[in-house]
Amino acid sequence: MQTPPNAVSLEEQIDQWRNYLRRRQAIHTVDVAELEDHLREQVAGLVAAGLATDEAFLIAVKRMGALDALSREFAREHSERLWKQLVAVPSVSGEPRARGRTDAIAAFGFAVAAAVAVKVPLLFGIQMEQNESFYLHNLSLFVLPFLTGYFVWKRRLDAKTFLPLAAAFVVAGVFANVYPFTKEGNTEVLAVAHMPIALWLAVGIAYAGGRWGQVDGRMDFIRFSGELAIYFALMAAGGGVVSGLTVLTFQAVGINALHFVQQWLLPCGAAGAVLVGSWLVEAKQSVIENMAPVLTRLFTPLFAAVLVVFLGAVLWTGNAIDIKRDVLIAFDLVLALVVGLLLYSISARDRQSPPGVFDVVQVTLVISALLVDAIALWAIAARITEFGFTPNRVAALGENVILLVNLAWSAVLYVRFLRGRGSFTSLEKWQTDYLPVYAAWAAIVVIFFPPLFRYL
Amino acid sequence: MEINKDLIAASSTPIVLAILAEGDSYGYAILKRVKELSGGRMEWTDGMLYPVLHRLERLGHVEARWEAAETGRRRKYYRITPGGKAQLADDRRQWQAVDATLHGLWGALSLSLPASAAPLT
Repeated sequence: MQTPPNAVSLEEQIDQWRNYLRRRQAIHTVDVAELEDHLREQVAGLVAAGLATDEAFLIAVKRMGALDALSREFAREHSERLWKQLVAVPSVSGEPRARGRTDAIAAFGFAVAAAVAVKVPLLFGIQMEQNESFYLHNLSLFVLPFLTGYFVWKRRLDAKTFLPLAAAFVVAGVFANVYPFTKEGNTEVLAVAHMPIALWLAVGIAYAGGRWGQVDGRMDFIRFSGELAIYFALMAAGGGVVSGLTVLTFQAVGINALHFVQQWLLPCGAAGAVLVGSWLVEAKQSVIENMAPVLTRLFTPLFAAVLVVFLGAVLWTGNAIDIKRDVLIAFDLVLALVVGLLLYSISARDRQSPPGVFDVVQVTLVISALLVDAIALWAIAARITEFGFTPNRVAALGENVILLVNLAWSAVLYVRFLRGRGSFTSLEKWQTDYLPVYAAWAAIVVIFFPPLFRYL
Repeated sequence: MEINKDLIAASSTPIVLAILAEGDSYGYAILKRVKELSGGRMEWTDGMLYPVLHRLERLGHVEARWEAAETGRRRKYYRITPGGKAQLADDRRQWQAVDATLHGLWGALSLSLPASAAPLT
C-alpha cells in the first residue's frame, strides 16, 4: 500500500480536530480535553483491532458525531455559554488579568474623582439650584478632564502630548466663565452646547494616544465614541430606575429623598458613568460585538426610505418647505444623523469587501439627504436677509455648511468606490480627517460668537 | 436494528447512572460497557454521551474529577452521588412499570395474532 503524499501524522490530525472544536462557543477547553481523551482511546482501540492509524482516526471522528450536532447538544446543556458574560472577562494567563484589574481600579478612581469634582464648587458656596448656568457652562469640565486623564494614564502619554491637552482644558475653563452672558441668551445656550463638542477632540487625542495622526487611530476613537454613547444610555436608563425607586422607597418611610437624588445621585452618577462606560468599552472591545454598527444597519435603510419618500412628497405636492424661524436646525439634525449613520457603517465595514447592496442603500441615503438639505437651503436663502442674522441662525447655517461639505464629498467618494474607480479607504480617510473640523467650528461658536453678538 | 432517538434519549440517564453505580468510570469506558451490554444494538453517537454526563453533573447525580490515567493523559472520571442513586432507584421503578405494561401487552398480542409477523394495518 502506498502512502498518500499528503499523509499527516495522527498528532497533526488531532491538533486540527481540536482546533475545529475550540472554535465552537458552546464547547469549552475542558470539554475539548475530555473529548480528545475519548478520541485517543477510540483510536488506540481500533488500532489494536488491526486498523491503520489514519483509518482509525477517521472512524473515531465519525463515531464522535457531526460537529454541528455535537455543538448543538453541548449548547442545549450549557446554554449560558452562548451568552458572552459582561462582567467576568475571561483571560487565559494571569498577567493580563492583573493588568486588567489595575485598569479597572484606575478607571473607578477617575470615576470617583469626576463624581467628587461635581460637588467641589459646593465647598465655595456655589449651589446647584441658584447657579444653574455655572454648572451648565462647566459641564464638560467636570467630566472630560478626568476622562482625558484616564487615557493619558492608560496610554502612558508623554508631556509633549499631554500638556497641550491640559492647556486646552484651562483655556476652556477660562472661556466658560469670563464672558458676561445675558442670562439664558442665545450665545450662552450655544456656548454651553458647543463646549463638549470642542473638548471631545481633546479626549480623542488622548484616546488615540499618539495614533491620532493615523486614520486607524481616529477611526478607533469614532468606534469608541459610539459604543460609549450606547453604554452611557444604558447606564442612564438604569440610573433613572434606581433614582425613581430611591425616591419611592424613602417616601414610604416619610423621608424626602428627591433633593438627594437631584443634587447628588444624578449629577455625580452621570459624571462617574462616563468614566465607567469608557472603561467598559475599553475592556469589552474584543469581547462583545460593537453595537453602534448594528444599530446603523437597522436604521440606514429605514432612514433612507423616509428621506426618499419625503423627497417624493415634496416633488409630488409641490409644497414649499414652510420656513419657520429655526427650521434650519431640524435639517442640521437630519444631516448630522446621516453623517452618523455613514460614519458608523464605515467604521464596521470590511475595507477589502467589494461594493454590495448595503453600499447602494448608503449612497441613496447620502444623496437624498443632500437633496433634502438643498431644498431647505434654497428656501431659507431666499429669506435669510428678511430674518436677520441671529447667533442661532449663523451657528445653524455654519453647521449646515460643514455637514453638507462632508456629505457631498462623501457621496462623490462613495460613488467612485461603487463604480470601482476608488478605494474605500479614501472615504474612511475623508471622514476621519474631517473630525477636527467639527471641533474647530464648535470652538469658534464658544469663543468668538459671544463677543461677536454682544453676549445676546 | 436501530433504536429510535427518543428511546435512546429517555434511556440514557438510567443506563449511565446504572453503569456508574457499578463503579467510577469515564466516557469511553461507559460507552464500551453500553455496547457490550446491548450486544452492539444500542448505537450512541460517542460525543453525545458528554452533554448527558454534564447534565447529570449539573443536577448533582454524578460528580466529576480529573485524574491522570494509566496512559499519562488527564482523564475526567465520574462517580455516582447518593442523589444519583436515589434517581436511579426512581428511574428503575418507572422503567419496570413501563416494561411490565408492555410485557403484558406483548403477551396479549401474541395470543390474538400470529407472533412472527405482526401486520398492524
